[in-house]
Amino acid sequence: MNRLSYIGIAIAAAVVLAAIFAPFLATHDVTAQDLAIRFAPPSAEHWFGTDALGRDIYSRLIFGARISLEVGITVVVVSGTIGILIGSIAGYYGGWIDKVLSGYLFNVFLAFPGLLLAIALVAFLGAGLGKLILALCIIGWVGYARVMRGQVLKVREYDFVQAAKALGAGNMRILFTHIMPNAIQPLIVQASLGMAGAVLSEASLSFLGLGIPPPAPSWGTMIEEARQYFAATPHVLFFPGAAIALTVLAFNFIGDGLREYLDPKQRTR
Amino acid sequence: MKYKLLNFARRLGLMLLVIWTVVSAVTLLIELVPGSPAATILGETATAEQIDNFNQKHGLDRPAFFISYTDEHGLAWNGTNNRYYDYWAGLLRGDLGTSFRTDRPVLDMILERYPATIKLALAAMLVAVGIAIPLGVLAGRNKNGILDNIASFIALLGISLPTFVIGPFLVYVFAVKLGWFAPTGSLYPEDIVLPAITLGAALSAILTRMVRSSVIEELGEDYVRTARAKGLSERTVVYKHVLKNGLIPVVTILGLQLGVLLAGAIITEKIFSWQGLGLLLLEDGIAKRDYRLVQGCVLVISVTYILANTLTDLVYRRLDPRIRLS
Repeated sequence: MNRLSYIGIAIAAAVVLAAIFAPFLATHDVTAQDLAIRFAPPSAEHWFGTDALGRDIYSRLIFGARISLEVGITVVVVSGTIGILIGSIAGYYGGWIDKVLSGYLFNVFLAFPGLLLAIALVAFLGAGLGKLILALCIIGWVGYARVMRGQVLKVREYDFVQAAKALGAGNMRILFTHIMPNAIQPLIVQASLGMAGAVLSEASLSFLGLGIPPPAPSWGTMIEEARQYFAATPHVLFFPGAAIALTVLAFNFIGDGLREYLDPKQRTR
Repeated sequence: MKYKLLNFARRLGLMLLVIWTVVSAVTLLIELVPGSPAATILGETATAEQIDNFNQKHGLDRPAFFISYTDEHGLAWNGTNNRYYDYWAGLLRGDLGTSFRTDRPVLDMILERYPATIKLALAAMLVAVGIAIPLGVLAGRNKNGILDNIASFIALLGISLPTFVIGPFLVYVFAVKLGWFAPTGSLYPEDIVLPAITLGAALSAILTRMVRSSVIEELGEDYVRTARAKGLSERTVVYKHVLKNGLIPVVTILGLQLGVLLAGAIITEKIFSWQGLGLLLLEDGIAKRDYRLVQGCVLVISVTYILANTLTDLVYRRLDPRIRLS
């Protein structure tokens, strides 16, 4: 692991801790409005200042971390599981199953630009946390499936798999106990990058008004609300912007570090 | 030759199959709308007659698909009397339907806005290439040096900073503080600069990393040693020999990223009120629940994306003899 990935781990840990201990770390009620102090600059009372409705930006950011991580983790786990299963089946069985799955199904899902498909789904389904997660899972699984298929294609030729076959192990046993544990490593990189992608997508959709509706303190929604006022009061945009950028950067650093660590060819470079 | 033709036909077949699926999916998206589109668009105060008229006008009173199921009749075969068939028949005539809100042909509305989006995407690409090639070459030639680390960090920053953070930041610095550009709009030619940088930032970061690793790889090849042994200047070696070979993967990424840019343009267009397809989709389509318009926009962006990808694949094969032969 390189130095940057340790920085990434530190930032990600801070975000996770902020999300877990949000009620203890927040200094104000996230929805409490006080128009008398709107756009207050950062101070001892309001560390990151207040927004257009006089709400405390710091507390909203802390609770916003919960939304980002909830979306990120759910999307990675669900789309990762679906992707691993479908990718493994395509890679292991090969033949017409692989042709249908990787030749057709993968291509169909890759044919939509991810964000557009998410926008379309949310536009027709309606906004909300559950629908947003559903949309991101629908666009997310194919990335894992592609990597997994490639891995399984490689691992299924290894001697120990042939040995298991010769010993009469069934397909499911070979796939789940012999191939999957040995093929899953690169998926860790994919999951870390997927986490960054999901956090970013949630913020993007919320920014477009298609994610989590206000007054929930989603980072994307905070930026969208700040957009009209930032020329006069830049701090309303700066803090949520920095929160998203740092979180995404952190998971990208971790993903990059893991990739380098897992790939000996890159490590020596 | 025979193999080439066969490969081309296979690629074309797959593309048509994918387009067919995408069109079908987009056609059926409207079935996902909770409640009925008529009730959503006409509002709660609409009379039953108004709703009937609306449904009749837009064909929503007809079955969605070839087969339908009702409690009364069970499974029924509808023949060509269905909306899926209508949409296809319209598409083949170049008709994307009529807007639920404005009663104008959706295709006309899209064609008015599409050039602005294409212009923005191409400008963003230009920005990305303009930044990525010098930065990537600099990083690749100084592998693991300080310049490489700085360039790699900038690249990672470009990937991680979302468009909706970069955009307002650029507006704040270059429009509000320095007054060089207008904060929003597309009145003057120079108004494209900030949106293009915003949209191109992430792509330039991806390309920088690609150019860097390409340059590192190519610098280790024999022909580079030969070129240097001939006494060519380092500049000629890098820009005439190394880049020529190193740019092949970059071309692929450019093609594949065109669609990503088209989709990413939706956010950029919103930030800068750029009158393109993305803003049409967001403001006239989604915000006003004009589902027919949303269908049209999603379809046009997706099909452009598929065509760009297929074309890239074919061009890539021509560029790199190794792929052609394999």
